[in-house]
Amino acid sequence: MFDPINAIAQWLAKLLAGWGLSSGLVNLILTLLGVVVVASFVLIVDIFLVWVERKVVARFQDRLGPNRLGPFGLIQPLADIIKLLIKEDITPVGADKVVYNLAPILALATVLMLWAVIPFAPTMLGADLNVGVLYIVAVGAVGTLGIIMAGWASNNKYALLGAMRTVALTIAYEVPMVISLLVPVILARSMSIHQIVNMQTIWYIVAAPLAAAIFLISAIAELGRAPFDLAEAESEIVAGFHIEYTGMKFGLFYAGELLHALTMGALFASLFMGGWRGPFVEQAPILGVLYLFLKAMFIYWVIMWVKYSLPRVRIDHMLNFNWKFLTPLALAVVMLTALADKALVEFGVSAGSLSYSLSMLAVNLLIGWITLSLLRSYARIERRRVAAPRPAASPEYSGVAKS
Amino acid sequence: MTPLQIIFILVAAMTLGAGLMVVTARNLVHSALWLILALFGVAIVYVLLQAGFLAVVQVVIYIGAIAILMIFAIMLTRNIATESGPRFSENWSWALVIALVLFGTLAWMLSGWEGIAAQAPAISPRFDTVRELGLALVSPDGFVLAFEVASVLLLAALIGALVIAWDRR
Repeated sequence: MFDPINAIAQWLAKLLAGWGLSSGLVNLILTLLGVVVVASFVLIVDIFLVWVERKVVARFQDRLGPNRLGPFGLIQPLADIIKLLIKEDITPVGADKVVYNLAPILALATVLMLWAVIPFAPTMLGADLNVGVLYIVAVGAVGTLGIIMAGWASNNKYALLGAMRTVALTIAYEVPMVISLLVPVILARSMSIHQIVNMQTIWYIVAAPLAAAIFLISAIAELGRAPFDLAEAESEIVAGFHIEYTGMKFGLFYAGELLHALTMGALFASLFMGGWRGPFVEQAPILGVLYLFLKAMFIYWVIMWVKYSLPRVRIDHMLNFNWKFLTPLALAVVMLTALADKALVEFGVSAGSLSYSLSMLAVNLLIGWITLSLLRSYARIERRRVAAPRPAASPEYSGVAKS
Repeated sequence: MTPLQIIFILVAAMTLGAGLMVVTARNLVHSALWLILALFGVAIVYVLLQAGFLAVVQVVIYIGAIAILMIFAIMLTRNIATESGPRFSENWSWALVIALVLFGTLAWMLSGWEGIAAQAPAISPRFDTVRELGLALVSPDGFVLAFEVASVLLLAALIGALVIAWDRR
């Protein structure tokens, strides 16, 4: 069994114990080292993400992207970092200094905190919380706080508008996200993400495609990416909440946003696409990291695909879409999933088996079909309403009574 | 002192200090931010008590919903955040007396309780607290009545909000 990370950890533990440290202290040191290793690894991936994002958007827009520094422009992010570091650091007049400086740190730190519960490989995971799924929601809430603090402390009305839009967006889209997260919890009978990955002999995207889609949409909304990028809509409020930030403080927001997208990809992969699962993982657990990042990168690519293909949604449309479509759909999916699960287990179909997954898929397809026919009839009514003749000058519309 | 006690004292001091700042800060948004720190401290206390579920719910509900909505309301209200009126109402001495009496009574009552010095029984790592909590909430010998009453209350509040916001046309 090839498992270098745990081998190093055991070697270190033996070495430290040999120096005469108590076992509690050795554990503390190893935990701290683990935190540093995971955080630095993720941040190094983040540097690479800048290149990925720029290269992929260039391809979507039929350009070449960064191609001068290093092979395929790979050194470009380092040049960007140097540029950000030597830029002037401006704090606007009237800004609330402490809150203003705390906000970018909070924005990036909350994203890093999410990685604590994502299992990298069967033997490599930060913390196996038995409330892992709820932990994600909680950390997301703290992330919103960073954006509000940035918007408020900047002493700029565009920043404040961006912060308010963010609150409206994240509080609204948290509801379908939490409900759709319940579906893998029902399927795996556990809120621990490690357990959810362990149970996925068949990926949950087969048994719960609708929940996966709802989670992806609400994740994009929580990221504040297009088509939900109202918080930083360039054409309306310049840059939104980070309008006043310069240099590395802006860099922290930027890095946080990119890393958040990849993190959402990793979460989606862990919850619905089997996380580290793949061929030969039992023999070499280190392969799990590769599989997880491949899947996370795929979802990240999907998020970018959506971002660079769709125009921005108007705020009332966005809220209507959430409250009148996504939330009821999520509620219906979670209720029917729970019912179908009870019925299937009652009839002797064991959870996680192929027939179980296929029955769940059938239930999902049924809900999807009903949703689509409801949408179609709604669209028909709406078309009729819009097409109806509305003479603006007729008395009942203009409000002028007939004499 | 065990490491757990040191962490508890630090967290308790942080929570109390943040609570004090909530009522003494001049700026309303600062008050709300200090409140968030205090609520976060309470969440850490829950973690120290091995109640992970309560800790996470505390963060989701109190910080994620209530505190953020408070800040939202403060930001929506024009100029309220910069208003510089007197920080304390004239009745602050009475409030102090009542707070001290309440604290004294609680401390006196708890010191007479035999559970105050008892060691918490160790929980085996295989014991799933979340599952037990869920079962207790819906089992007839558990808290199913309280759970259902709370659900009906929340539903009533939800419908009430709908009625208020309903656009009669």
